[in-house]
Amino acid sequence: MNAPTEIGLDPIAAERQVEVVQALRAVLPNYCVLFREEDTRPYECDGLSLFRQLPMVVVLPETEEQVRQVLRLCKRMGVPVVARGAGTGLSGGATPHAEGVLLGLAKFNRIVHVDPEARLAVVQPGVRNLAISEAAAPHGLYYAPDPSSQIACTIGGNVAENSGGVHCLKYGLTVHNVLAARVVTMDGEVLELGSSALDEPGLDLLSIIIGSEGMLGIVTEVTVKLIPRPAVARVVMASFASVEAAGDAVARVIAAGIIPAGLEMMDRRAVHMVEPFVCAGYDLDAEAILLCESDGTEEEVADEICRIEALFAQCGATRLQVSGSEAERLLFWAGRKNAFPAAGRISPDYYCMDGTIPRRCLGRVLSAIAEMEHKYGLRCANVFHAGDGNLHPLILFDANDIDEVERAEQFGAEILELCVEVGGTITGEHGVGAEKIDQMCVQFAREELDVFFGIKHAFDATGLLNPGKAIPTLARCNEYGRRHVHRDAIRFPEIPRF
Amino acid sequence: MDVLLSDLRARVLMAHVGRKSLYIRGGGTKGFYGLPVDHDAVLDLSPYAGVIDYQPSELVLSARAGTPLAQVEEMLAEQGQMLAFEPPHFSAGATLGGCIATALAGPRRASAGSVGDFVLGVRLLDAQGRVLRFGGEVMKNVAGYDVSRLVAGSLGTLGAILEVSLKVLPRPACETTLRFEMDEATALRRMNAWGGQALPVSATAWCGGCLTVRLSGAQAAIAAARAALGGEALPDEEAQAWWRSLRDHTHPFLAVRSLWRLSLPSVTRPLGLGPTLIEWGGAQRWLSGPVPAQRVRQAAALAGGHATLFRAASVDEARASGVFHPLSTPVAAIHRRLKNEFDPEGVFNPGRMYPDL
Repeated sequence: MNAPTEIGLDPIAAERQVEVVQALRAVLPNYCVLFREEDTRPYECDGLSLFRQLPMVVVLPETEEQVRQVLRLCKRMGVPVVARGAGTGLSGGATPHAEGVLLGLAKFNRIVHVDPEARLAVVQPGVRNLAISEAAAPHGLYYAPDPSSQIACTIGGNVAENSGGVHCLKYGLTVHNVLAARVVTMDGEVLELGSSALDEPGLDLLSIIIGSEGMLGIVTEVTVKLIPRPAVARVVMASFASVEAAGDAVARVIAAGIIPAGLEMMDRRAVHMVEPFVCAGYDLDAEAILLCESDGTEEEVADEICRIEALFAQCGATRLQVSGSEAERLLFWAGRKNAFPAAGRISPDYYCMDGTIPRRCLGRVLSAIAEMEHKYGLRCANVFHAGDGNLHPLILFDANDIDEVERAEQFGAEILELCVEVGGTITGEHGVGAEKIDQMCVQFAREELDVFFGIKHAFDATGLLNPGKAIPTLARCNEYGRRHVHRDAIRFPEIPRF
Repeated sequence: MDVLLSDLRARVLMAHVGRKSLYIRGGGTKGFYGLPVDHDAVLDLSPYAGVIDYQPSELVLSARAGTPLAQVEEMLAEQGQMLAFEPPHFSAGATLGGCIATALAGPRRASAGSVGDFVLGVRLLDAQGRVLRFGGEVMKNVAGYDVSRLVAGSLGTLGAILEVSLKVLPRPACETTLRFEMDEATALRRMNAWGGQALPVSATAWCGGCLTVRLSGAQAAIAAARAALGGEALPDEEAQAWWRSLRDHTHPFLAVRSLWRLSLPSVTRPLGLGPTLIEWGGAQRWLSGPVPAQRVRQAAALAGGHATLFRAASVDEARASGVFHPLSTPVAAIHRRLKNEFDPEGVFNPGRMYPDL
């Protein structure tokens, strides 16, 4: 047997690694247990690469029974467990634990079955989001939530984060489109939550699992709802001379009783960032661009597009364009969906925020962000799920410059705290993870965090599942509170410290 | 602080300290639902009423728990909006708090979504008399566990709902109701087939050899669907009254004591358990008349669903048969632990959902 050790670990850590690896090898085939640095390195971070940590061990189980055994074993040995899907998450929810097991679900990649009559699909958590829609396509059906990362992200990760997408205003988030899940708890018990019926007896535990960021259990199977693909979809692209005017146009569309299939905004910087990348023909003179999609029958869409165009014109749109073909529709969307990679082209690094605000506060929040750009000396491009108030400011920075990293993080924190101040939230769809844990102290009172801990405790009394994520401890909030007061009260802030 | 609220808090705190149990009550229109609660006192939420904020262009309404459901719906209707899950009132006086606590939805459920799907946030009075806020007034919010959705349908077992923020939707521009003569098996096949097509079906019901279908949406979409489906159109007023009778159980089939509700995969074939009314495209089925509890539960479970003794003939029947479908052992254990975290002394509605909760 190869001695399971890794050079570079201190003797105590190395000894622990040997012990845990040997125990895991008793319940998993050897090839499912990775511990050498060259094998574990690819798992050191998720989509939020600011946070990196080598896990002690990576396990890649192949069956639910193996997951149960791994969890029972980790519970017995007191080993923290972090679940991971495709690792596309943006909040560090899958950042490994130095003394823990990283439990990858990549091998759970089977579509168990698609039932066109019942309009559902039973899939394993490692199945990619887009693969579900591809499997359902021959039946004229699809899975609605479409996070921008849908070619890569997995349904298990979507369940963990309650992912949205550009079409969730009309079709809902993951929580609205998942019917059932099998969940293994830290005790190794299997919970069957939800069903192919529309509700379940007792408390709605499935809704607590969805968006729980791997804190309550490991999902081993998901039943998703499939819906008929609309006959037609067309998108209106409109330019505005200010973000406020674009914001008004959004409110007018909703007030007129229209729920568009998608309603997205990009500010000037975002447009200038993506246009050279996708050549979608975006208006480079606009201060803001709206993309508003209508779907349904041919007649319905024609009628709705007409109304949307009229409303945009009344709100002062400086340019209006309707997609004339499916190819053009996809091209209009390409810019929005590729905003993140485009940011990667013009800046060494970018930091994507995810606050949600009441839409009426858009003007105020965007002008405050513009002021923060000066304060922190960093650029920020704004893409925005305008229909549901979900902002994605992309802060551009250089990770090789430690000072810029710090400023980017502070810039992000200030945006999130502003979102809370105007009645919104620190995360609309990316999750709290490791990233926004301090801002949880701003959004929730101690008693509310206690309730979250109570829920955590009811599912995972050991606290071994994804420790240190999503819900901050009292000590952490106290520390953050102190730093906060400090920052404002500090004298001579221009003097370098530490 | 509000006098009403401080009074509510004081009463809960006293109950907690004195280990007394409280029965949470709003309009009292859904008291029949669930197991009878042995309680020391009633916590009446109906005076804690009023709409706090309503922003039609944000699609959000926030109101106190005691607000009459009728008042909320009227306010929404004035702006051309609605509660999309079409909640039952059962009788006059239904409140918003009761609507959320029971999470009962009406005919539009299968197409629009559940009560929980529209709950954006709640303010909860917990068992220690503390006021806690979860969720908010925005559409997308994944900070912390979704306690608002957990509270929806919890029958007051976790805490007393003080306020709720809901996502509201525009009313459809147009509605038409169609009728078709057909047997149960054909109706089930038809409803499921329609569900797989892009049709504006907003409600379905089959009863006594007759399938009734409601189409909602843009004029153009309804016209196209009518042409495709056929059937006989009902006059608008008659149709509205009929759907309301289903929603509020004034329909003769539903206005009975001893009524079972089966929640099933929509494709489940006819169960042959006796007279049946089907809704939600096949996913909700009502059985009236005396059917042995064991038989109903077994049939529902075998089909992959569950059965609720929705309205028992007597307290004895409710106690003997239980109201809600038994939970699996590990799921029941999580329920008990959650109850213990939220309400360790068992102040709120003990035994309303399950005897040990």
